[in-house]
Amino acid sequence: MIPAAFEYYRPKDMAGVLSILEEQGDDARVMAGGHSLIPMMKLRMADVPHLIDLQDVEGMSGIDLGAETIRIGAMVTQHDIIEHEPLASVAPILREAALQIADPQVRYMGTVGGNVANGDPGNDMPGLMQCLDAAFTVVGPDGQRDIPARNFYEAAYMTAREDEEVLTTVTIPMPIGGYAYEKQKRKIGDYATAAAAVQIVNDGGTCASASIAMTNLSDTPIYSEAAGAALVGTSVDDAAMSAAVAAMLGDIDPTEDNRGPIAFKKHVAGVILRRAIERAWSRA
Amino acid sequence: MSKKQHYKITVNGKEEEFLAEPRELLIYTLRERLNITGPHIGCETSHCGACTVTIDGKSVKACTMFVAQADGKDITTIEGIGGPDDLHPLQKAFKEHHGLQCGYCTPGMITRATKLLEENPKPTEEEIRFGMAGNLCRCTGYQNIVKSIMAAAAEMNAAKEATE
Repeated sequence: MIPAAFEYYRPKDMAGVLSILEEQGDDARVMAGGHSLIPMMKLRMADVPHLIDLQDVEGMSGIDLGAETIRIGAMVTQHDIIEHEPLASVAPILREAALQIADPQVRYMGTVGGNVANGDPGNDMPGLMQCLDAAFTVVGPDGQRDIPARNFYEAAYMTAREDEEVLTTVTIPMPIGGYAYEKQKRKIGDYATAAAAVQIVNDGGTCASASIAMTNLSDTPIYSEAAGAALVGTSVDDAAMSAAVAAMLGDIDPTEDNRGPIAFKKHVAGVILRRAIERAWSRA
Repeated sequence: MSKKQHYKITVNGKEEEFLAEPRELLIYTLRERLNITGPHIGCETSHCGACTVTIDGKSVKACTMFVAQADGKDITTIEGIGGPDDLHPLQKAFKEHHGLQCGYCTPGMITRATKLLEENPKPTEEEIRFGMAGNLCRCTGYQNIVKSIMAAAAEMNAAKEATE
């Protein structure tokens, strides 16, 4: 498995990255941990004549906890997320999700930025970030802009990020209430057959707000506003959960593949969402 | 198209300098350029973990890293963990508890396990199974691998307590 030849760059700052992107255009791509891109290059399904390694770019590996927001640099790895105790105490759903991604070796290399920017519907962080209403900061030749995670994904591997832009930071409003990231997979390291991210607020036994997003059940992650709305104002009883599942099933659009036929995926999506809601509510 | 570049990496404490194309996978650099054949090629698709090495304190699958990314890094392979005359407690435990049959996955297993025990010196059986999930074995059914790692952890902890 030998990839096509490429020129390799390891710039030390973002200005260096952007100038190579500008110079090489579509022939250049940035790489974070490389654990999505390198396998595709080895299979020669991705051809990258100019490969820009971000590992030495300063200021992209921080986790900053503010009063109202969490800022995660794009080069923060899944391993960093799992090991960061202060982060796990304010936003435990991040650790819960990261622990379900790939395997230990991949988590040392795989980054949050790569996971959300790649646009693979199988990645877990995009749905999670939609659930948390995160924003992605991208930097390009015309400066930087923030794109809400809920508006970022257009189709498989197609996102609102332009080719000459680099995703640098994920900003998450401080999560409140109970949480769960529930994932059904065939084996450790696999992408989800179905996964659900739930963040829910309990106000004296009544659901005050609920945010629900699903992974790998469409060609993008699916933020299901209707599923969350079905829980608000209820005591999150069986009928409310059934209504949330029905609403979610109306928003997803799974396709048949080696993880199963459409009917099976819808069935699993319902089971997983129900489990996620139950667990999140028990923690709310 | 792409020219050979000059790279410098440290492997098992020894500095190595050579020319290579950036696209060369680190596992080939180790095995074919530097003749360090402990790390194995199992699947070559980032699944099996037979090529696991430690790079700057991280367990990494050497089939999923270009040599260019590894430039300047400090790498440890099974050869740097222990040899026939000075077996690491994990190597001893794998031998004593039959933690291998064909042995193909063993260098990756032990290299990964050294890092696991460094991060979590007293793991439960469940934590070992989770922490070793990136390494596949097609012979043992994992039972004796888990047993070996538990035994090595106990021995390493006892030795540590004795010196304290």
